[in-house]
Amino acid sequence: MPKDTGIGASTRRREDVRFLKGNGEYTDDITSYGQAVAIFARSTVAHGTINSIDISVAESMPGVLAVFTGADFADVGGNPAGWLINSRNGEPMKEPKRPVLAHGKVRHVGDAYAAVIAETEIQARNAVEAIEADITELPAIIDVKAALTGDNFVHDEIGTNQCFDWGWIEDNRAATDAAIKGAAHVTTLELVNNRLIPNAMEPRCSMATYKPSDGEYTLHTTSQNPHLTRLLISAFVMGIPENKLTVIAPDVGGGFGSKIYHYGEEALVLAAAKRVGRPVKWTSDRTEAFLTDAHGRDHVTKIELATDADGNFLAFRTETYANVGAYLSNFATATPTFLHGTLMAGNYTVPHVYVNVKGVFTNTAPVDAYRGAGRPEATYSLERVIDKCARELGKDPIALRRQNFIKPDQYPFTSAAGLEYDSGNYDALMDKMQEVADTAGFAARRAASEAKGMLRGFGVNAYIEACGIAPSNLVGVLGSRVGLYDAATVRVNATGNLSVMVGAHSHGQGHETVFPQVVSEMLGIDPASIDIVHGDTSKIPFGMGTYGSRSLAVCGSAVVRATEKIIAKAKKIAAHMLEASEADIEFKDGQFSVVGTNKSVSFGEVALKAYIPHNFPITEIEPGLEETAFYDPANFTYPSGAYCCEVEVDPETGKVRVDRFAAVDDFGNVMNPMIVTGQVHGGLGQGIGQALMEAARYNSEGQLESASYMDYAMPRAEDLPFYIVDHSQGTACTHNPLGVKGCGEAGAIGSPPTIVNAVIDALQSGGKNVTHIDMPLTPHRVWSAMNNA
Amino acid sequence: MTSITLTINGKSVTRDVAGQTLLVSLLRENLRLTGTHVGCDTSQCGACTVHVNGKAVKSCTMFAIEADGTAVTTIEGMANADGSLSVLQAAFQEHHGLQCGFCTPGMIMSASKLLEQNPKPTESEVRHHLEGNICRCTGYHNIVKAIMAASGQDVSAIAAE
Repeated sequence: MPKDTGIGASTRRREDVRFLKGNGEYTDDITSYGQAVAIFARSTVAHGTINSIDISVAESMPGVLAVFTGADFADVGGNPAGWLINSRNGEPMKEPKRPVLAHGKVRHVGDAYAAVIAETEIQARNAVEAIEADITELPAIIDVKAALTGDNFVHDEIGTNQCFDWGWIEDNRAATDAAIKGAAHVTTLELVNNRLIPNAMEPRCSMATYKPSDGEYTLHTTSQNPHLTRLLISAFVMGIPENKLTVIAPDVGGGFGSKIYHYGEEALVLAAAKRVGRPVKWTSDRTEAFLTDAHGRDHVTKIELATDADGNFLAFRTETYANVGAYLSNFATATPTFLHGTLMAGNYTVPHVYVNVKGVFTNTAPVDAYRGAGRPEATYSLERVIDKCARELGKDPIALRRQNFIKPDQYPFTSAAGLEYDSGNYDALMDKMQEVADTAGFAARRAASEAKGMLRGFGVNAYIEACGIAPSNLVGVLGSRVGLYDAATVRVNATGNLSVMVGAHSHGQGHETVFPQVVSEMLGIDPASIDIVHGDTSKIPFGMGTYGSRSLAVCGSAVVRATEKIIAKAKKIAAHMLEASEADIEFKDGQFSVVGTNKSVSFGEVALKAYIPHNFPITEIEPGLEETAFYDPANFTYPSGAYCCEVEVDPETGKVRVDRFAAVDDFGNVMNPMIVTGQVHGGLGQGIGQALMEAARYNSEGQLESASYMDYAMPRAEDLPFYIVDHSQGTACTHNPLGVKGCGEAGAIGSPPTIVNAVIDALQSGGKNVTHIDMPLTPHRVWSAMNNA
Repeated sequence: MTSITLTINGKSVTRDVAGQTLLVSLLRENLRLTGTHVGCDTSQCGACTVHVNGKAVKSCTMFAIEADGTAVTTIEGMANADGSLSVLQAAFQEHHGLQCGFCTPGMIMSASKLLEQNPKPTESEVRHHLEGNICRCTGYHNIVKAIMAASGQDVSAIAAE
């Protein structure tokens, strides 16, 4: 019988009960007495000079409390980039100011240049309509390559649209070039990693209150990391002292990266709450979400793979144009560089890697980390060019990968892209994948498809990612302006129940269930007696939040360290209670015992003693039982996986149907298999969506043509299959206490190349000489490729 | 303003509403039934689904005055009388059919109507029925599984956990 609590159990989620009964509390569900409404005036042109903004009519309209424009924020700071990238020539990246409201110019459709605060939403919307903005439209800069020529700039003050021109690792460039020049075979592929819109189902929402009596602000907001939001507002944008600003992220309806970042709307409602003396709330509608949430991906890449005559990999070389949008979002410069270039050796013993990435400003919404963040882009480039290489060399795609895999006895392995992988077993993952997917049965299934007039293709992929970001020392050297540790406080109350305050934020990941599994296992107590507190800067010690599949690997490690401190202190108290030496105390199953005797006290008795310290060694031990730990990891974690799928392509229409999909992942040790499986499912849904349907499309004027669910193809239930998911082949992470690696992003990283490889295989099986189609593989694109081949 | 009277989760409610007030606004803002969510502005996402006179309706697409005289059920009215989870709700928990929880009320309201009309739906019938409900977290696998399980079908052959 599998256990139903503790580490490794598929404990059902406690948070589900409130969500299933409609009792979740999301930001927009919270109403403050006297709350006013903020509505933004947003640019309808992609690029333009603001000549004047006349707010006089709007200000006098019924119910209007205040109108803000960019001029109101000219003296406050900009929303900063969190990561400094230096170009190959040694110059720092260009980082133009990102203001709270556009000032001087508007730089993308949806760029907010004014905001109205009014009694009701309708009054605010009417007043926004009455704002007279005189904006001279300028030509829009949309194409990343064209943006680097000419003299039309998104930010005139920097005199270029190039943010950075980054080389990784620049010292490896000459050797990589030489290896490619002398290689027996070189495979070249040009591809686009399509721009995506994250589309968390809960639109962003922010509500601010201000108490003039003591100058305290409270911001309820849809955030994956409330402490980071507080830090950015306090230190860079508004200058509100950190100890006068509480940021609360209550239930949050999905993030996928888009709610990591601080946005100008948060600063606006804070300023407005102070000016009008009332709580002020802004709730994004879906159109605003499409126009202003940070988008993802959007790379244009050329990749080359050099091999010897036997198919041994000699070098990967890439040149990528990464669209950063109109302004630098907080992680925008890290995503296409250090979260991408460092993974460009993949799972392979390839000796030479060189990556060049040019970050480019355009008149589009900011682009930043979206589920996977740089690693899907790396995996897509690698696994597509490897598949093409296998075809050119006449090799089996699985065999070619296996031939070049890092082997289990090679860890720790320093990749040619500079990371030290701690553990893994890629052949074992591939073996398991072939088993669970029944790859041996493919030929028969292909024959059955062909008998129906359909083309069937098989696609495979191996990925590695770097998660659990990250060692602060390392990322500091690489340009990060923040540390990436996390924190937890374990508070044992006098009556023996626990509050565990964690820096990670749960917006679907199940922290409220999983963290108690870990703590209850360590303390031998009922998990129901443990409550998780997150998302409130006034209640939790600190936290860098949830992204990069880091909650368990980083914050979970802090929880373990804090719990270890609790056990250490409790042992001292127990030793006193049992009149024994601390060295003789053993802690097991919730009982402190004197070794070799039948004398023991329970964890609950020790907790009570800590708070009622009569007959207590008060000179040696402080009363109370509460411990905090900050955990800074020693390395990234390196989840990896082997994925495969089978697709059916209708040659008449080009429509692709995913028939089978198998994901075999190494996440290290698994705390809750049910939740881990669910995380993979979700990643697969988004990755298959990217491969087949989703695309953020700007036209040449900079209008977002895919700005609603009528136009942006979100995967629906009928578009996706049941998945086969397996994580039985985990190799424990060697440097964190739980041996965990992180599972949140894997599905979105591993699935896009798997799907595209399968579609190409299907078309080739039908005699079509198609070697590549850019995502999304819509029926139109597939049909066109087939009929032009 | 127009006075309307309707039954919401079994209780009679009378309110004055403006002509342009949407049913979802009446529920969320006036009656503080915030389990019904707004996830889009084009009637696509289904997070606002409620039952009106026994039909699943997107409450962002109906004026409150149109609901005058009707019986409305929201997610807050879906648990058993003793507060325990209904069979369908319990199946969502048992099969991990929700993550962030935002689309979940709409999924429950929509799926419960499917099971009334089609007590033993096939996988493809479930998937087709959910075309008006978008989930970004689960990849739908466990939602489909939970709905089939709630119908009494054996879902043990559908992949693990």
